[in-house]
Parts: sequence; C-alpha cells; structure tokens
Amino acid sequence: MIGSVVFYLLAAATLTATLLCITRTSPVHAVIYLVHAFFDLALIFYLFGAPLVAAWEMIIYAGAVMVLFLFIIMMLELATGGKPLTVDRRRWVPVLLLSLVTLACTVLLIIQDPSAVGSGPAYHVSPRDFGTVLFDRYALAVQVVSFQLLFAAVGAYYVGKGEPRKRGEQSS
Amino acid sequence: MIVPFAHVLIFAAILFVMGLGCVLARRNLIMILIGVEIMLNAAAVALVGGSAYWRQVDGQVFVVFLMAMTSAEVAISLAMVVYLRRRRGTLEADRFDGLRG
Repeated sequence: MIGSVVFYLLAAATLTATLLCITRTSPVHAVIYLVHAFFDLALIFYLFGAPLVAAWEMIIYAGAVMVLFLFIIMMLELATGGKPLTVDRRRWVPVLLLSLVTLACTVLLIIQDPSAVGSGPAYHVSPRDFGTVLFDRYALAVQVVSFQLLFAAVGAYYVGKGEPRKRGEQSS
Repeated sequence: MIVPFAHVLIFAAILFVMGLGCVLARRNLIMILIGVEIMLNAAAVALVGGSAYWRQVDGQVFVVFLMAMTSAEVAISLAMVVYLRRRRGTLEADRFDGLRG
C-alpha cells in the first residue's frame, strides 16, 4: 500500500532532519533543518486525515514560530559567522536527500487519487467537522486558550520592555 | 489506519527523546527552546495518530490547543532570552547560576 510506504519515508526524513537539527553548532542551520522536519510532519498529518492540522503546522510552526526564532537569532547576532560562504559539496548531501524524499512523498500523495480521500474508507476530517467540534464541545477551552495567549502577549511585553526601573524612580 | 498504531507511537517516542536529548545536552538557550519545540511536535504526532486510530476529532482539536500553547510559550521564552542577553551578555545556560532575591 502506497500510504504506508510514504509514511515510513516521511518518518525517516523527519528523524534525519531532527537529528541534523540538534547536532548543528549554528542556530540558524538548526532552525532551517527544523523547518524541514516540520514540512515532513505536515505531510504525515495530511496522511493521517488531518488536512487542517497540516496547514496549521505549516502556517504556525514553520511560518510564525520558526521565523520568530530566526528573528531573535539575527537580532541578537547569535549566528556564529566569520566563515566565508563557500560552496561545500558535503553540505549538499543531506539537503539533497531530504528534499528529494519530501518531493517524492508529495508527488506520491498527489498521484494517489485525491478524490478517494473523502469518500473512501480512509479517515478524513473536513474543516467543517473540525470547527463544529472545536467551537461546540470545546468552546470553554477555546476561551481559556485565548486568555492564555493574551497573558503571553502581556508577559512578553513586560519582559521585553527594557531595563526595570528602580523603586524610587517611578515618579514620572 | 494506514500503518500500525505502534509504529506511530514509536516514531513519536523517538522524536520526543531527540528533543529531550537536545534540551539536556545543549547549553545554548536557543537550542534548548528548539528541543522543547521538537518534544511538543512529538506530542502532536501522537495526538494526530490517536485521532486517526480511534476515528475521533478530539485528538486534532487538542493539537490546535497545543499549537496555541506553543505560541504563548515561545513568545514568553524568547522575550526572556532577549532580556537575559541584555542583562548578562550571554546565552550559555551555565552562566545563569545565581539567585539574587
């Protein structure tokens, strides 16, 4: 069956990208390899009948969270630069392997007759069912999570506001 | 379910252990946060796999809550990273070893 083959390929690619990520010395390389791992994870989520979660994995994790990491790394100038930007042959080997596996899995998923996903025996959650469950059964949890996001925004603002002033200087 | 559920759980466990190893072994604050991200994604894999195994939407809904929690955690912790860097001038976790009440 083609789905299981795609799953094992994607799992191997995810584990390889994660292993490369946690062994890099440069934080920028680590973040980029982790983004690649998230691409493969999104394909796995799609394979498990969760297209909405797959899209959010791309948008939120790869698009927002990892770019925030990159922003902080570059803002604090943490990238261990100094080495000239030479084209290293050995560096291309894992990149090419991972990209080819991801591309092959994507093509296999597209070839696999997408019309059979919704009506076939495979499990598939449409965004409508997802939204119904999310805002009906878990409405209170949605409220709590939105409060949590608000508190996080306020906390991040408070921590990042700058140097904390001394007790006596609060007159202004 | 296209693959046995045990294989999905083994995959999630390997991913989780990789994240845990990253948190424990690396001493850069950014890399520690990346390890936390990997562990949270391993949890998401297990949730989506369980959702496909039992054919319930609840697992996917909890992945959304997990993503919201991750966003909050990343916002707070990266603000802390900027604060600590400004205060001590380093991001090595071993340097933050003093409590001053």
